[in-house]
Amino acid sequence: MAVEVKIPTILRTYTDGAKSVPGEGGNLAALLDDLESRHAGLKGRLVTEDGSLHRFVNVYVNDEDVRFTGSLDTALSDGDAVTILPAVAGGSPESEIAGGSPDSGIADAAR
Amino acid sequence: MRTVLILPTAIYQAILAHARRDHPDEACGVVAGPAGSDRPERLIEMVNAAGSPTFYQFDSMEQLKVWQAMDQADEEPVVIYHSHTATEAYPSRTDINLAQEPGAHYVLVSTADPDSIEFRSYRIVDGVVTEEPVELMESPGPPTG
Repeated sequence: MAVEVKIPTILRTYTDGAKSVPGEGGNLAALLDDLESRHAGLKGRLVTEDGSLHRFVNVYVNDEDVRFTGSLDTALSDGDAVTILPAVAGGSPESEIAGGSPDSGIADAAR
Repeated sequence: MRTVLILPTAIYQAILAHARRDHPDEACGVVAGPAGSDRPERLIEMVNAAGSPTFYQFDSMEQLKVWQAMDQADEEPVVIYHSHTATEAYPSRTDINLAQEPGAHYVLVSTADPDSIEFRSYRIVDGVVTEEPVELMESPGPPTG
């Protein structure tokens, strides 16, 4: 299943600056494996070590947030449009004292 | 990369008004501008999906629509702002960990003291915070003759 994947600014270091790249896969997990084969390191910015989508990364298939469509199991069809956006989020110092720091986003995975 | 934020006064005032209105919850939003220009021109108030006095997060579907509209207009997020409602206008550890727009000016507004609201701007790149001055400019008037 050939799809087009939109890449956000912060991840374009993995795509030689390309704003979008082609990929293939029957579902989102397979697509990320396919992308990883040409853009090494990209998958690690999107998926945690336990194999789930990073909490502060948004992935959309045809304008639907995959959190509501099965996450990495979301099925893909030929011609689907996949968009990756870093979540925009933060907190004040009390949020750290009260609940600890939330999961890191894709920016943190680079450090 | 510029180390100063130059902001139209009208947008500055609108951000302050948004922060005051949503107090004690955190307010958040974006100022878009032409890609590569570093000119913040179009204010977009975003819903704080966290609806919290200590956390903010853009709603993922609203964010997609706004980011697509920017893309269509060849714009980018020049400013990403949010308020702290009980603490100073300095990025928290969470803010730094989650900052994922290396090209943006991160604006923090503190509404902790209603009599003296803080408005400060930062670059946050690879976990490094650099404060920058904020300069206000009058919005350009209609073109003349």
